[in-house]
Amino acid sequence: MIRLAVLLLLLALPVRAEEVIAGLSQNRVSITANFDGSEILIFGAVKREAPIPEETGPLEVVITVAGPSVPVMVRRKAKRYGIWVNTDAVEVDRAPSFYAVATSGPFNLILKDIEDLRHKISIERAIRSVGAPMTIADAGNFTEALIRIRRDEDLYQIRPNTVLVTEETLFQTSVALPANLTEGDYLARFFLTRGGNVIDAFETKIFVKKVGLERFLYTLAHERPLIYGILSLAIAIAAGWGASAVFRYLRS
Amino acid sequence: MQIYLPIAEVSVNAFLLLGLGGIVGILSGMFGVGGGFLMTPLLFFIGIPPAVAVATEANQIVASSFSGVLAHLRRKTVDLRMGVVLLIGGLVGAALGVQVFAMLRAIGQVDLLVRLSYVVFLGIIGSLMFVESLSAIRKSRKSSGAPPGRKRHNWIHALPLKMKFRTSGLYISVIPPVLVGVFVGILAAIMGVGGGFIMVPAMIYLLGMPTKVVVGTSLFQIIFVTGFTTLLHATTNFTVDMMLAVLLLIGGVVGAQIGAQIGVRLKAEQLRILLALMVLAVCGKLALDLLLQPGELYSLGAAGGHG
Repeated sequence: MIRLAVLLLLLALPVRAEEVIAGLSQNRVSITANFDGSEILIFGAVKREAPIPEETGPLEVVITVAGPSVPVMVRRKAKRYGIWVNTDAVEVDRAPSFYAVATSGPFNLILKDIEDLRHKISIERAIRSVGAPMTIADAGNFTEALIRIRRDEDLYQIRPNTVLVTEETLFQTSVALPANLTEGDYLARFFLTRGGNVIDAFETKIFVKKVGLERFLYTLAHERPLIYGILSLAIAIAAGWGASAVFRYLRS
Repeated sequence: MQIYLPIAEVSVNAFLLLGLGGIVGILSGMFGVGGGFLMTPLLFFIGIPPAVAVATEANQIVASSFSGVLAHLRRKTVDLRMGVVLLIGGLVGAALGVQVFAMLRAIGQVDLLVRLSYVVFLGIIGSLMFVESLSAIRKSRKSSGAPPGRKRHNWIHALPLKMKFRTSGLYISVIPPVLVGVFVGILAAIMGVGGGFIMVPAMIYLLGMPTKVVVGTSLFQIIFVTGFTTLLHATTNFTVDMMLAVLLLIGGVVGAQIGAQIGVRLKAEQLRILLALMVLAVCGKLALDLLLQPGELYSLGAAGGHG
């Protein structure tokens, strides 16, 4: 329904001078038992009817890949009674589980702040945090910490100058999805900018899904927890009995 | 070879897990302990979320205790009656512990509780064992005199509800064993351990059970309590990772058998002093984490619900 609305909206707009056409090396990522991260090649071209405009600055490309957004609880430790314990907590309403921003130039130069605000492109804008408890004056530190921790785990990636633009027409980059990936629909967004203004945007989805044994175990654990628990115990008891039997046989 | 754990949602090296399982298995075979108190902190160190580590470790302990209790049953060194009494307490304790665990998880203090319990219990047990085995070594050097075979009559014998435990040769009230069971059950749920390292001393010093039936009886009780804990964690917290458990227990059961062979070649006092040092080392590491300012003051958790 939303897609249809967007499509209608796009059709209703005047024909744009430059349009982005993009593709992914894969739009489906399967988390198998030996999943070790995945690299997605992202490429595209700029479709234009008129010659390359020159007065508005060079063509730049911003590509973002975002994992599903969920609320996150950020907790801070403080020293109480001589030990470090969690004291303050701020709930960040929506934070993507994964976020990568790849650009063809320095982020601040190729994208105006107002455009960032409108399209929520930078990590800080992609995270939505409202309503920290009244007792916490520095809620900003919590969002910063969230970004810092996820950047350290490669879950948030800021990669300026990694989109290669050829002849103002072709572009490509690659995004490495880390091994500790969560399931869900990942959204890849493409923005063409000139002089800091977004002139066209496009988005497509990447489906990340556990498959095979991973899928089976995950579903079983959440939908039939009792059976899953009993199965875990059965495996444990069989292994314990098996080891005892094998070693008794070896000794005799 | 990296392997993706479906519940923990992290990718870890399969050989690392097999190796950890093996090493802890060897140690547990050598010392006759479940090894949960070593494995759970090790799982924290390699980045498994504490909630998953605790629940999965309970599952693994079922395997190693079952393997161990079979041997004891054949040697008839299990006091089944005492085991059942301890078990009743244990199940109550485990149910309480899982509730406490779920509650603390919601307010973000589960990490602290688990670590604090570890520091306190490992510290106490480690120091007691260290002192006790040092004096045992000193004594055995001085003279090989007869061990003190005293049978104390303390407050425990004054309690009501007495019961006969033939295998242990005891006639005592059921209240102390039930309480010991409850206590160990709570620990099993919160710390992801079998609780053998608490129960064995309690059975010897508090209940006065003969040493030869202590290990088998505690293993018997541990199987059921950790099994029950696994089920509770699986149904209330969804934190049992079967993939992780299987890798750990393959390493663990093999290691335990090798460890048992090494164990028979070492002297009991030397074994105990080694074990005490190891317990104190783990305790020290965890205590430092609590006392020193952490590099990252902030931590992330799921907001509301489970996950």
